[in-house]
Parts: sequence; C-alpha cells; structure tokens
Amino acid sequence: MEYFLLFISATFINNIVLVQYLGACPFMGTSKSTDVAIGMGSAVIFVILMATAFTWPLQHYVLDPYGIGYLQTIVFILVIASLVQFVEMFLKKAIPPLYKSLGLFLPLITTNCAVLGVAIMVQRSEYSFVKSLVFAFSSGVGFLVALVIISSIRERLDIAPVPSVFRGVPIALIMAGIMSLAFFAFKGMAA
Amino acid sequence: MVTSSILVLFLLGFIAAGILAAASKILHVEEDPRIALVENCFPGANCGGCGFPGCSAAAAAVVKGQAAPEVCVAGGADIATNIAAIMGTEVAFKEPKVAANICTGGSRANLLFDYEGVEDCRAEALLYGGEKSCGLGCIGLGSCVKVCGFDAIRLTDDGLPIVDMNACRSCGKCAEVCPTGAVRISGMTMDLLHLNEIDDCLAPCMQKCPAQIDVRTYINQMKKGDMRGALLTMKERNPLPLAVGRLCPAPCETICRRNIADEGVAIHTLHRFVADWEMNSGSRLSLTCNPLSGHKVAIIGSGPAGLSCAYFLRRVGHQPVIFEKRDVAGGMMKGIIPEYRLPEKVVDWEIQSIFDLGVEVRTGVEFGKDITVKQLEDEGFEAIFMATGAWKVPALGIENGDSENVLDAISFLAGVGKEFSDLKGKKIVVIGDTNTAMDVVRSASRLGAETAAIIPCIQRKMSANKKEVERAAELGSDLKFLTEPVRVIAENGKVSGVEYRELQYDDPKKATGKPKPVEGSEQSMDADYIIVASDRVADTDVFRTESGEQLFELDKKTGGIKTDPMTMQTSVPNVFAGGEVHTGRSILIQAVADGRCAARGIHYFVTKGEIPEISNPQLRVIPESILKNMEVIYTIPRIKVPEISVEERKSTFKEEVTGSIVYDEARKESSRCLRCGLTCYDSEAGAEYAADSDVHKFNEA
Ligand code: SF4
Ligand code: SF4
Repeated sequence: MEYFLLFISATFINNIVLVQYLGACPFMGTSKSTDVAIGMGSAVIFVILMATAFTWPLQHYVLDPYGIGYLQTIVFILVIASLVQFVEMFLKKAIPPLYKSLGLFLPLITTNCAVLGVAIMVQRSEYSFVKSLVFAFSSGVGFLVALVIISSIRERLDIAPVPSVFRGVPIALIMAGIMSLAFFAFKGMAA
Repeated sequence: MVTSSILVLFLLGFIAAGILAAASKILHVEEDPRIALVENCFPGANCGGCGFPGCSAAAAAVVKGQAAPEVCVAGGADIATNIAAIMGTEVAFKEPKVAANICTGGSRANLLFDYEGVEDCRAEALLYGGEKSCGLGCIGLGSCVKVCGFDAIRLTDDGLPIVDMNACRSCGKCAEVCPTGAVRISGMTMDLLHLNEIDDCLAPCMQKCPAQIDVRTYINQMKKGDMRGALLTMKERNPLPLAVGRLCPAPCETICRRNIADEGVAIHTLHRFVADWEMNSGSRLSLTCNPLSGHKVAIIGSGPAGLSCAYFLRRVGHQPVIFEKRDVAGGMMKGIIPEYRLPEKVVDWEIQSIFDLGVEVRTGVEFGKDITVKQLEDEGFEAIFMATGAWKVPALGIENGDSENVLDAISFLAGVGKEFSDLKGKKIVVIGDTNTAMDVVRSASRLGAETAAIIPCIQRKMSANKKEVERAAELGSDLKFLTEPVRVIAENGKVSGVEYRELQYDDPKKATGKPKPVEGSEQSMDADYIIVASDRVADTDVFRTESGEQLFELDKKTGGIKTDPMTMQTSVPNVFAGGEVHTGRSILIQAVADGRCAARGIHYFVTKGEIPEISNPQLRVIPESILKNMEVIYTIPRIKVPEISVEERKSTFKEEVTGSIVYDEARKESSRCLRCGLTCYDSEAGAEYAADSDVHKFNEA
C-alpha cells in the first residue's frame, strides 16, 4: 500500500513536470508528436532509475559519512553526465537497435533537470534505497504521462484554427498551464 | 574544507573519466568512416521514408551496399550524386513520386455509412466486409498533416488535405497513416500500369469502362475548368482520346449511377470534349516519359492495341518499335472506319502524339514474311506484342458466293473515295449485323447508292450499336431484320441479285436462341454489289513456323491467339497478344485496354522476369456499387449533342455527324456527375447551377 501510494503521489499528485515544474524544456521541446514523446519518456524513466540507483549509495556511503553533503549537486551532475555517457556507449555496443531508436534522446537527458531533481528529492525525503527507486520510477512515469498528454493535444492543435500569434510554443505553454491546473486537482488525495 | 572539496571532486572526476575511458576502449564500435560522410550528405529529416529507422541507419545501409545512393526520399538528385561520389558509384534514375488526395468532399451519402454508430467511410468496410481504400473517403482527421516531416500537406477550411507538390518528398508517411486511403503516393509507372482491383474505391462507370478510365476524376477536373488535368487523367488509361471520344459505344453510360435518379451523365460527350479541346488548342500537351531503360520491345501492328501498348511502354521508359504491314500506321482507324465517324486528320493528329514520345514505326514490314519471332529476338527485342487485328471477313459460303462484285466489307470500306467514289444508281446489299455492316450501309448511301441490309436477327440483338443502326435507317436504307441470304444470283459470273428468306425465333416474344428459316419465304432482290460484313476474325495463318505448325495456342472461342487474361502472355513466354487478334471483333476501347494490360505484363517481364499476379483484379461490376435508390438534390437536364441534318449527311461525305459541345455546356454537364465512390456519391452535385431556370430541386421537379 505504501509503495502504491508513493507511486500515485509521484506520478500524479506531485507530477514532476506539471506540479514540480522540473524538466520543462524537454517537455516543450519533445512534445510535438506522440511517438517522440513516448521515446523521450521511456528514456527518461530508464535514466532516472539508473541515476537514483547510483546517487543513493554515493550520498549514503561517501558524502554523508565524510560530511561533504554540500557537494551534492555538483557530484550528482558529474555522476549523471558520466552515467549517461556510459549508458550510451554500452547500448551502442550491446543493443544497437535500442540505441538507434533512442537516438537523440540520450544526450538530451544529460541536461534534463528532472533527473537531477529526482536524485536530490529522494535524498531530501530520506527514502530507503528501494523506496527511492520506486519514487524515481514513478516520477519518470509521471513525466511520460505528462508528455504523452501534451503531445496528443499539440498534434490536434497543429491542425486546429489557432490564431497565428499563438501558434507553436505559445499555445503549448498555455496548454501546459491548463494541464498543470488540472493536475492540481489531485492535491490532497494522498501525501 | 576547500581542499577536501577539491580533492573529492577531483577524485570523483578522475574515477568517472577513468571508467569512461576504459569503457570507450572496451565498448568501442568499429565504424566505417564513410557512414559519417554519407550521413552528412542527408538533409537530416529523419523521416524514415527510405524504409530505414533514420538517417544514420540509412547511411549505414548505403555503405553496406543494402541501399542505393538515391535512397533518401527527402533529398534530390544533388544529394544522390554526392553520395554516389563518396561510394564511387553512379546514380540510377529514380522516378519522382508524390502524394495526392482525390477526395473532393461534398455532402456524401452519409446515411448509407451509418453503421453501429460509425458515420463515415470506414463503416463501408464494416458493412461490406474487407478493407476498401477509398480515394473519395477523406474524413478530415488530418493525420497526414501531423506526420508530414516536410510541411508538404495542409488541410483546407473544409478539412480536405492539399499536397504541395514541390515540398512533397514522397516519403509515404501520410499514405501510411491515412485511415481511408484518401491520400496515396503514386508515381508515373504506378499510375500507368495499375489495373483495377476489387479493394480500390471504384465508381460504377470506372468499373464498366474496359480501359478503367477514372471518369469521376477527369469529369471533376473539367468541372473546375482544369482541362489539362482532365486530359492527363484520361491519358493515364487511354492514349487515343480523340478516336475513343468519337467511336466508343460508352458502356459506362449504361451503368452511370445517375441513371437511378434521372438520366446518366453524358460521359462519352465529355470525353470527346476534353480530347477536342487539346486538338483545337493547336498545341499538344507535353507528356513525361521516363528515361530509356534499354529494354527493346517489338510491336506487330499499329492499330489501337499496338499504339496503346507502345505508348505505355515508352512512357514507363522502354523502347517500343512498331512493325506495320501497310504503308500507313493506325490500323482500322486509318482508311477503314469512315471519315464521317472518325476523320483522318483526327487520327493523324492523335497518332502523331504517340510517335512524338519517341516510338519508332517501320511500315511495309509484314510479320511472317519480312520478320519472324526468331529474327526479332536476334535483333535484341526482349518481348513481342502481337496486335495484328481481325481483318479477315469469313466467306459467304453460299451458291455463287465468290462471284464478281461480292466483296468483303473491309475491301469495300478501304476503297471508299477511291474505287468507289460515286455509286449513284447502284444497288448495294450488305449482309451482316455488325458495326462494320452499318458503316458499309452508311458509306454506300452517302455515295448515292440504293442500299439494303440482310440482318439475321432483330434490331435489339444486333451486335452493332443502337445509334449506328438508327443512323443507317435515317439515310433511307432498307434494313431487312430477321432474314438470311440463300444464294447469290449471278449472270456470267457477275452479281445481279440475291435470294434471301425470312427467319423466326422459336419464341418470337422472348427472341431467344438462334432464329430458324421460315418455309416458303424466299424472295429475291436486285444487287450490283453484295458486301459481306457478317464478322471479322483474326488471320492466324501467318502465325506458323516454317514447317507449318502453329506458333501459338489458339483460342477456340474467338479464333484468335490465346492469352492469359491478366498478363496477355501467349503460350510463348516472351510473346504477348492483345486487341482483336486475341478477342476477335470488338470495340476500340477494348483494344486500348488490352494494349495497356500487355504493357504492364511486358514491363514486368523485361524488368523482373516474371509478372506479378494481381491480388484481387476487378473483372466484373462489383454488385454493391449498384445502389438501388439514391437521393440526389438537384436535377439538371442531360446535355443535347448537336448533329447535322439527315439531308446534309446524304450530300456530304466528309462531315462528322455529331458536333462538339461548348465549354460552358461541358462544365454544366460535368456538374451532374455525382463523383461516386464504391458505395457513396455526392448528393449535392450540381448545386452551383441551382439558380439556372432548368435546374430544380428533386422534390419540386
Ligand atoms: S506529404 Fe506525405 S509523402 Fe509527401 S513529404 Fe509529406 S509525409 Fe512525405
Ligand atoms: S455519376 Fe459520375 S462517378 Fe457516378 S457513375 Fe456517373 S459518371 Fe461515374
């Protein structure tokens, strides 16, 4: 039950993009078509999980014991960037079809603040390792859900009679705002 | 604190760098440097139109030799040339293809589609089973717009997609996602060689036309005033629109769906109008042909079937050479079909347009005498198309049947204006019920002769067109229905008359079966000439080897060469046959259709070695396309075609009987077309003429 609530909370109530406002740039940049959105969303889930799995032990067995917790942000960035590079190389060698289909998204994730955000959030909430992983996975799913919803809306908007000044990113931002309001309705359901 | 921070970060960075360095060594993937070079040439659209998951995959495929330099659909010839330079190969010709939508919207028969809550064309599939792709079925979802990576497609205000031909790269994404098949990718070869299939969305008229002409599309183009487009649509299936526009008995009109509501569309009149429009403009529409493929094809006979086959082969890129026995090309169209039905200058103009494409003709060359299959093969012809026609009139086979002045219809018609320029005071008896018989009657009457015809059936059962028979009667000819000749009366070996008797059906009301002679009904009449026009058959004597064996298997029913109905291949694999030499006496458009069908077969035969089967060919009218009732809002009277008076026809020979119509009339007639799909039609057709005094709403009419 605890894990289920954690999942609901991370996916919907505290949705990483629409409620926490993290990862807004890939959210706008890769939400023009649903296919791309699904690709990006899946890649993010994968990297968030990996990043959390690496940064959690680092925090608990290196930063905290040696009292250098203040280095958290910079260390995490370094770890995530290296990790993404490593994953890229690994996939290219071991699973070329997956590497090809992820294509552009892997390097894009290096600079995705949602990944760093989740890594830091799990430390702040002082979750156990397993809980951290569940939280990370759920946040990734939340990102995917938000991305798929907005990309579906944007596909429709592409052919809708939108006044030219609003076409493209402006109307997408307005839609994101409205979606955000809608997600706020989940507030109070659980933690 | 600063020192420890720096130390920790340095250490961490060092470890990360170490791991990455080691990983890059271990996980290194050897890549051909040309892949990057090739990838750099691509425009980077990552559209996937090439069939590979993206540009880098396509580049890898090119380097591996799995794809050609012209693989990129988004890039033009320059890009292909650059890639070819990297790979050290040559660029092959790639036929341009574009996306097109033929759906014209309009208020279609929606109720018909109302099936379990589905109110669009997809209901059609549910109702009638099987998938139907319908070029008229756009439902305005705009899926095509969303997937186009090149901004080449947009929706109009009424939700119909329009393709920007210049921006389209024929990646095919739009056609892939279109749920109804309203958008499709096509190129010239595909358009020219496609034969109708049951799952195409076919209007009844298109199903009935032997050449499968896309009637609704060209009529709609005419309606919009796009005569050029209309002619191009027509020429996709019929390279002889002028001749067909004059001679076709228009089977399509009998089945035109508008017949259910009021009178069918005057399809044939519109056909002729479009063709005449080009000729009257004085300049020819330029047609594109693919560059020469290097495949040579011999065509025996320059009649409609041969010309049609040559035209299609040349346009898709092959090199046809026509061999003609006479010293003029054109087959029966030239010098046999009378001038008042098909003027010679019209035929010349039309044939020239085919020669202009680069089709070579060698006249005065007779098959079997001057050339043989073996010689043609030795000369490098990879396939041969037999289109020698049906020029033999079976002999009369009665007493004195070979007397002087008993002629066959073809020799007579060929002599009109030459040996037979004045027949005043002569009595001519024509035997037969064919169109050729009516041609003889009408030509002889025009030359002043007194004519009679011995016809072995009732008018309704004649093989000649109804109009032709009426026209012959109008000229005062004595048409003796239900009679047959008994013997020719000859004096000194020369015809002086004919004895004939009456016939009757077993059941005169139903008029079924073969009529039998009526005892004691023999009569005779005087005749200076007897012209035999009972039939025309293929002369198969020439298709023999030196030792006298038949070259090809013959068709028992028609007496012509037997072929596979879809590929037109004879029993000798590289020889094809079509037109009257295969079908026996038939209509012009059938020969044109055979020529096109053979061109398809030959194209695949010479390029691929085998001819792909058509999965679901449309061989007869699809029953569900014939709706029982229809609700059309506006009635517009069918156009009347001007004709010259009977008196004038008697005195002049050259004049064409039917005249042409004018532009505005043609457009108004076009607006009567309902632009039918298989099960739908535009019930609002003709609304643009609603204000005219002769146009009414159906419920007010
Ligand atoms: S219109 Fe269709 S085929 Fe043409 S470029 Fe766009 S997606 Fe490709
Ligand atoms: S109405 Fe038009 S599309 Fe329909 S059958 Fe007649 S000619 Fe063909």
